[in-house]
Amino acid sequence: MNNIFRGVGAVFYKEALHVRRDAGTLFFSLTMPLLQMFLLGFAIDTNIRQINTVVYNADGHRESRELLDRFRNSDTFHVIKYVENDHDLNDLIIAGKARVGIKIPVDYSDRLLHQMGAQVLILIDGSDSSVAGQAINVSTAIGLDESLRRALQSSGTFAVEMRPKLLFNPDSRSPNFFLPGLTAIMLLNVTTFLTAFSIVREKERGTLEQLFVTPVRPFGLLLGKLLPYLFIGFFELCLILTAMRFIFLVPIHGNVFLLALLSLPYLFAALSLGILISSKASSQAEAMQLAFLPILPSVFFSGYIFPRETIPALLYPISYLIPATYYINITRGIILRGADITHLWKDGLALCIIGALLLTIAARRFHNKVIMA
Amino acid sequence: MSDLPASANGAAIVAENLVRKFGNFVAVNGVSFRVEKGEIFGFLGPNGSGKTTVIKMLTGLLPLSGGNAFVEGLDVRSSAEEVRERIGYMSQNFSLYNDLTVLENLTFYGRIYSLPAERLKRRIDQIVDANGLGPYVTRLAGKLSGGWKQRLALGCAMLHEPKLLFLDEPTAGIDPVARRQLWDLLFELSAQGITFFVTTHYMDEAERCSHVAYIYYGKLIADGTPNTLRELPEVQPPGTMRIEITTPEVTRALRSARELSGIRSATIFGQSIHALIEDSLSLDDLRQRLQQKNIAVAEIRPLAPSLEDVFVELTYKHQAELEAKRE
Repeated sequence: MNNIFRGVGAVFYKEALHVRRDAGTLFFSLTMPLLQMFLLGFAIDTNIRQINTVVYNADGHRESRELLDRFRNSDTFHVIKYVENDHDLNDLIIAGKARVGIKIPVDYSDRLLHQMGAQVLILIDGSDSSVAGQAINVSTAIGLDESLRRALQSSGTFAVEMRPKLLFNPDSRSPNFFLPGLTAIMLLNVTTFLTAFSIVREKERGTLEQLFVTPVRPFGLLLGKLLPYLFIGFFELCLILTAMRFIFLVPIHGNVFLLALLSLPYLFAALSLGILISSKASSQAEAMQLAFLPILPSVFFSGYIFPRETIPALLYPISYLIPATYYINITRGIILRGADITHLWKDGLALCIIGALLLTIAARRFHNKVIMA
Repeated sequence: MSDLPASANGAAIVAENLVRKFGNFVAVNGVSFRVEKGEIFGFLGPNGSGKTTVIKMLTGLLPLSGGNAFVEGLDVRSSAEEVRERIGYMSQNFSLYNDLTVLENLTFYGRIYSLPAERLKRRIDQIVDANGLGPYVTRLAGKLSGGWKQRLALGCAMLHEPKLLFLDEPTAGIDPVARRQLWDLLFELSAQGITFFVTTHYMDEAERCSHVAYIYYGKLIADGTPNTLRELPEVQPPGTMRIEITTPEVTRALRSARELSGIRSATIFGQSIHALIEDSLSLDDLRQRLQQKNIAVAEIRPLAPSLEDVFVELTYKHQAELEAKRE
């Protein structure tokens, strides 16, 4: 009689029927994330390669052509045009056709031959900071390398040579980096919307009011509503992981069962968030808008796109409140770094706490706002 | 339930001085009434007068700001959960799940009350039979017409065999045949000892209740059987009489009647006029005086006050008291 989960079985039964009846929504919510995944997985490449480059070679001798060959072979620059004056060089950059302009002055090879320092002008479009940064780094490295080569012509070896080795994602493949994070965002998206809608629909129909006159307890109601969508979210996760492994060829270094297990608290937290949203919204349109709220912080403050280290100190604590932060650590940890439970249990625990907290707040809000209204 | 006052014994509902405040606003102000088992209790009042608030208090959804409420012998303050186990509730929009079939709706509500599988099956069969839902069990609730929806909703509210049912405007928006069938069913069930708490806006439905109460902006201003209410002195002041004048020219007749001395009030009812006249004015006198004004009078006969008359008179009296208090 004092079972605080009273009614959970009945609500689960009913909710499962709703899901089955509304196959369209189910199909849509399962395929949309996959569609996004294909779009982003194939389209986004964070490795900056083949920057459009325009060249004004005023010198034209062998030394200048060798230098340009080094630029072309770097894979960073892609020469789209050779021009014959400064104006055209500038113009192509302003027009946005090229992001980098290389000007080799008329006396370049002469000065080199006379053992004097030669200068090469690199014009860089600074409107995209990551492209500009890459252009500066690579062009500086080419210049340095060229200088050393000329200075050390006789002795032949460098005194110190750095040999960087990339762990876990040796080819710097973008899908490897992007998709584990995207998983978190997609799951959040689907589950929050589905739960928020399922409850707001009952508010609109007036059936929620009816339920509260029955012995169903708030926790029983909310949990019964949450569980079917937990299964859907889990199924979605399996779809995403399958596509990630076999279509995008992202190797999974850790234990996939551990990943599945640690996904449960994340789904629980995301679903509870949806329920909290539904306690605030009184119409489906309102729920729709509110459900978008958690998406942006989850994208920008979780480390999904920008490393968390770049968040200003004042806003940094926010990242601890976002479930996606922990889950992205879990997905990247297991998929890319082969982490195990000893590395990730804290993230799992944090998700459990956030989920339980959200659900409790939601249940209290339901009790106070919906019943008492 | 040892702390139950003697007054609550045997009654389906006992409300004692119910008060509900929302901030400074007093939505329910000292409402008391008693509903005996097996009664059909009609609860009337204009929209926003506190009907729903009272239902919410009696079903344990809203805490009481003051007073006591006992439902089926249980104190609502301390045993809201148990109260909800024993009552049924049907809201005016029937609260069915349109994308679930008739059978699924029934099964869902049965499971909510934790009916064991066998009893659930037996109850569903009984409800389907009693309401003639047989041909529709696999139909989606959303595809049913208003009357069938209402029967299904009533069935859902009765699955767990409650002894007390709250019906919030059960006949709003359904056709007259379905309306009459519902009332026939209510009478049948009340004969079996089931109590009904019914809110309605239809005066003819109020007339069918065995006990009616009228709430007017938080105050209960009428409470009794329809017949005792009709005999209240406020409704039927001593030395007066209600009559019905049937005439083909109601509008002109009304204007003339209001000018006659001895007529306290008059109002049009279809092809006739209902008037409250003083005993000093005889029916023959009245007929003559109307005919003098060239008004054809088909019939004049004494009339018992309707419940609408009752509520109108009591509302006037209540308003007059309120204004007197203000001055």
